[in-house]
Amino acid sequence: MVPILEVQDLHVSYRSSGEASYAALAGVNFHLMPNEILGVLGESGSGKSTLAASLLKLLPSNGNISTGSIFFEGKDLLCSSASELEQIRGKRISLVYQEPSVALHPAIRAGEQVFQVLAAHESAGKSALRQKTRQVLASLFPKEADRISNSYPHQLSGGQRQRVLIAQAISCGPSLLIADEPTASLDPTTQKEILGVFRTLRDELGLAMIFITHNPALLAGFADRVLVLYGGHVAELGPARTVLSSPKHPYTRALFQSMPQILENTGYMRKTKLPVIAGDSSTAQLPLEGCVFEPRCPDRMEDCRKREPAVVNLGESHTVSCFKYGG
Amino acid sequence: MQPFLRVEKLVKCYERQNVFGSREKLLALDGVSFAVAQETTLAVVGESGSGKSTLGFCISCLEIPTSGSIWFGGRDIVVLAESERRKLRPQIQLIFQDPSNSLNPRWSVEEILLEPLNLQGKLKREETKQRAVALMTQVGLSSDMFQRSPTQLSGGQRQRLAIARALALEPRLLILDEALSALDCSVQAQIANLLIELQRAVGMTYLFITHDLAMAAHLADEIAVMNRGRVVEQGPAQNILRHPKEEITRHLLAAMPSLDNAERPPLES
Repeated sequence: MVPILEVQDLHVSYRSSGEASYAALAGVNFHLMPNEILGVLGESGSGKSTLAASLLKLLPSNGNISTGSIFFEGKDLLCSSASELEQIRGKRISLVYQEPSVALHPAIRAGEQVFQVLAAHESAGKSALRQKTRQVLASLFPKEADRISNSYPHQLSGGQRQRVLIAQAISCGPSLLIADEPTASLDPTTQKEILGVFRTLRDELGLAMIFITHNPALLAGFADRVLVLYGGHVAELGPARTVLSSPKHPYTRALFQSMPQILENTGYMRKTKLPVIAGDSSTAQLPLEGCVFEPRCPDRMEDCRKREPAVVNLGESHTVSCFKYGG
Repeated sequence: MQPFLRVEKLVKCYERQNVFGSREKLLALDGVSFAVAQETTLAVVGESGSGKSTLGFCISCLEIPTSGSIWFGGRDIVVLAESERRKLRPQIQLIFQDPSNSLNPRWSVEEILLEPLNLQGKLKREETKQRAVALMTQVGLSSDMFQRSPTQLSGGQRQRLAIARALALEPRLLILDEALSALDCSVQAQIANLLIELQRAVGMTYLFITHDLAMAAHLADEIAVMNRGRVVEQGPAQNILRHPKEEITRHLLAAMPSLDNAERPPLES
């Protein structure tokens, strides 16, 4: 099978008000197969949202893709013209945002907002598009499509608003869906429900999906593969089951250990301190040379400060960037 | 012995006028009762809209309950005269979910910390400055951040600052309303550790409002499960997790995302 998306050596940097620019993504490589869910795991400053924005060339004006290529369905998006991109954005690749209450227009009924997406991309007549709007909404709200369609965003719950955003995203039948923290503002029950919606869409429409999150627990039982981003570098990439149950990169390991595990929580574990990664991942703290995780790494060695680790293949398409494994 | 905090049959009813002028009633709290012992943590868990936040607002005197009582320090703060309540209020502090919204971006870190001290006017100018330095150390921030704006801090540093500000008036009860939810996982662990340290050091009592059951289980002595404005189940954290009695508790447990699922087959749709 041919990958639907192939990202090669992607470098993205931002200019800040002073002349200095900083690298948000430094050499990101990955591919995505059709019908596959790739979970992108990263904390603040890891570059995960920059990744979503650069895949659609929607970076803010101070952002710049310096090198690399993004092949989507065989075509390099970075070499595409503005009008070609317009045909792709929202139609072939669509984006679901984090905050549904901000992404929806507050004074337009939900159905109309889905209709507008269709009208922007499809040339069919109005009544055909209305019909299609109804179909799309019915697929996400089997029981109450009409009521939702006539509601304003403030009349809907967080989960319903997120479903409306998903309806917009799938209305034109895209082949790739990028979801940037789509469940971060929802409670766990609704979160689980929305993850279920994404799974169904993948199974029924054969969508490929990039699911960006800071919460590794959400990816368990959901993603097919997991890509761990740290400071703009791919720390680890592999099958979700392998990465989540036996992580290899010191960052991934430390991150998972810092989460309270409910099953281990027998009396003596409670209220004991969690093992933490010292410091934080804000960009100001990243070293300019060597491995980006070196200052916080529990397993740092001499080499780590001198040069960047290379990608090591651990087998079964599980790769890690760390000197511990040869790098 | 009097419990440290006791809430009895607390009711909060919001009324609002819809566009046609008729009044709608929303019962946010429908007879909530529970007690918290000193130096312990009670986690309040529940879905969105179950009344968790309203409960926090009522106890911190930001909302006036419709009926019921809140016993704190041997007095019912619901019926207390405003002048008396004012004296009690510094002892109960609230920390919000998103520190980027609860800290004034135009103020420096120092101004944010000095405000509660100056408003109280109990300390002299030099003393307030010393107190601010001590507060920064207590929450693990360095005092050379004093002149920065909160926008120049990371999410974790901002939440530490929010905690330092809450500690300024030496409260006895901290209400944490989803105080960890907006933070990265590794930062959540750091702040959780800070909360544990504070409890050991100064004997703080926490009301930890959250929808994260794993963190609730880690930090709390007891868990109260809320549903539709009522506490449906309360008990020692381990009991609630291992032997949930109520349907809603089982439902919350089942929805909890966990890395332990990594070994299980993918989620059914």
